[in-house]
Amino acid sequence: MFASPNRTGVVLALLALAALPFAPAAAKDYGLGSPAGEAEVEAWDIDIRPDGQGLPTGSGTPGEGEDVYVEKCASCHGDFAEGAGRYPPLMGGFDTLKTENPIKTIGSYWPYASTVWDYVHRAMPFGNAQSLTDDETYALTAYLLHLNQVIDYDQEVNQDNLASFEMPNADGFHRKQRPEFPKTEPCMNDCKDQVEIAGRASDVGVTPKEETSTPGDQDASADLDGDDGASEAGTRQLAGDPQAGRTVFQQCQACHTLDQGGAHRVGPNLHGVFGREAGTADGFGRYSPAMQDADVVWNADTLSKYLRAPQEFMPGTQMPFAGVKDEEKLRDLLAYLKDAS
Amino acid sequence: MSQKPKKSGQRQTVDGGPGDPLSPSRRRLLAGGLAGGTALASGAFSRSADAAKSIDGAPVLPDWTKYLGPGTDARSYGQPSQFESDVVRRNVEWLTATTESSVNFTPLHELDGIITPNGLCFERHHGGMAVVNPAEHRLMINGLVEQPLVFTVDELRRLPQENRIHFLECAANSGMEWHGAQLNGCQYTHGMVHCVQYTGVSLKLLLEQAGLKTSGKWVLAEGADSAAMSRSIPMEKALDDCLVAYSMNGERLRPEQGYPLRLVVPGFEGNMWVKWLRRLEVGDKAWYHREETSKYTDLLPDGTARKFTWLMEPKSVITSPSPQLPAIETGFNTIKGLAWSGNGKVKRVDVSLDGGVNWHTAKLHEPVLPKCLTRFTLDWEWSGDPALIQSRCIDETGYMQPTMAELQKVRGLESIYHNNGIQTWEIKKDGSAENVRLA
Repeated sequence: MFASPNRTGVVLALLALAALPFAPAAAKDYGLGSPAGEAEVEAWDIDIRPDGQGLPTGSGTPGEGEDVYVEKCASCHGDFAEGAGRYPPLMGGFDTLKTENPIKTIGSYWPYASTVWDYVHRAMPFGNAQSLTDDETYALTAYLLHLNQVIDYDQEVNQDNLASFEMPNADGFHRKQRPEFPKTEPCMNDCKDQVEIAGRASDVGVTPKEETSTPGDQDASADLDGDDGASEAGTRQLAGDPQAGRTVFQQCQACHTLDQGGAHRVGPNLHGVFGREAGTADGFGRYSPAMQDADVVWNADTLSKYLRAPQEFMPGTQMPFAGVKDEEKLRDLLAYLKDAS
Repeated sequence: MSQKPKKSGQRQTVDGGPGDPLSPSRRRLLAGGLAGGTALASGAFSRSADAAKSIDGAPVLPDWTKYLGPGTDARSYGQPSQFESDVVRRNVEWLTATTESSVNFTPLHELDGIITPNGLCFERHHGGMAVVNPAEHRLMINGLVEQPLVFTVDELRRLPQENRIHFLECAANSGMEWHGAQLNGCQYTHGMVHCVQYTGVSLKLLLEQAGLKTSGKWVLAEGADSAAMSRSIPMEKALDDCLVAYSMNGERLRPEQGYPLRLVVPGFEGNMWVKWLRRLEVGDKAWYHREETSKYTDLLPDGTARKFTWLMEPKSVITSPSPQLPAIETGFNTIKGLAWSGNGKVKRVDVSLDGGVNWHTAKLHEPVLPKCLTRFTLDWEWSGDPALIQSRCIDETGYMQPTMAELQKVRGLESIYHNNGIQTWEIKKDGSAENVRLA
């Protein structure tokens, strides 16, 4: 399929380079490999650089990109590119990089617009890579840049201007020296005064079970059709101590945020969970069928049942948490959730 | 996970008694359905009526001693013993949205020596495992070269070969542990590392075949998977010790490890070891693709991020005792672990039994190779008192593995990548182990 190699030119070039950096002193030519023609290289070479090198001719606007997005991207990344479950958000997250809950999106984190074009073209849509036309890729790039306030809705993106759009976090990267620790003589004896355990894996309870059991019965058979929503228990006074509950909540933090507008992690953001129907946190896409189908409104009663024994209350829930067995801790946790959410 | 039952602290006597019915070995026998073997130890097979029928549950004349086993061709590709069926890669389901863009973990706690068996090397895919027909696979070298070239896999195998043993560690190994002790077992906390012998062609030699132009400062490596994984490799590294590998541990690469070709970038983060390698492009600048901007950059507390943090810094972990293993017993125990450094050779490993107050230098087992897992052990007479066991790696450059507190002080909690802090296992009174974080 390839022309027989004519390697003399390569070897001469290598000899000419012999004295220069990176050029080998005596690079032997083994006569293997076939020369790749221009058309072959062009067909294979798909990479794009921040300076625009590699961009094909084409163009698109945010409006055109929105149509492509809704058809091909929204099912994973959400209607507004806000993300869903473990599928990443593609927009927003500004001013979060210094916080305890940094949200790294195209707008808040990515330094170059070219990376959007390159990645969307080479790897998206997930499961149907390199199926987008060049114009569709420009349009999607334009839409994502627009959602991140980099360009206006009517701004066309093309091969000549893509490299010129400055991203909000373009200056956010550096190569400061690593490691940061001075080399010291290792201490061998009496190296510290006290040793204290600050946390343990069993507090978190997210380690996978290793039994090779069959998946649990996904048919949420428990009768969840009761009229829990407005039960008296739901409005009763919470007797727990919110301050102590804050400590209990540390077990939950790996998967749940509690602040208003906080991100969904493995589990949904819990702001406003009291009074919310189960399985309805906006933008959370990882609910189990059991949670989605449950006819439950979260209140002190339902939450305490669920948090005491998640699988018992809602068979099939994906929350990998054994439950709070200590009744006092459970009351404290509920008091904290009520206060903080 | 299930805590494997612990045998009684007493030394078992060879008295023909029934033994502990819950000993791990017996448990595995039972699981394998061979409990019936003990029935053979009936009087008919005893040399005398007084002869011991079994020793600690092991029959004198088991089936496998009496009857023929399967013949040579029963398994044309050998598999581990059926009694080791729980030694497998495992995933953490809640980490990722799909298994196609996900990771699983090497069962370090069950392994000895420094070589990871091919079928147990952790997997990390971004678009699922590409199943590549080598006859239809090519490696292109283009960009700033005198003559762009295309190689078949067979042609690459004709070129001079190199054989080297290296560890590969994902930059996100231990990434779930930044905020505190989270996953209970070194398979999950440290299992995104493996170590095999690679056979392949020097990347330098390959680039020379195409004739490098002096303006070339970077090499883009690109995969043939559905993520078309791509990373920029600095030319200095490309010409140093990288390989284009076609074999691992003596056989062709496993499909999940990049069959038929993968880049080997010794000491650098695993994401750069592009699998299903199909193209190498020489350029004068880095490409800043998704995996070197959005991902694999290390966010710091001030909101800025370090980029191009390729090197895997010195690290170690005690693999036994550890949380997924049966509880230990009082008396003699061997502490076993692994240490490694992207800088070169491991020079020394120290082990603490008291949470870092006092340290004991462990024995390093040969071979100790650069950018390769190194096995260490320490003899331990366990009194039965609770202990906090740790290991720290010191490499040939003098870099000492930091404590988690030291690391968090300079990197914060949100770096995700490059957590090489010291791991602590608590050994409890009952001999079981748990992942704990010290203040």
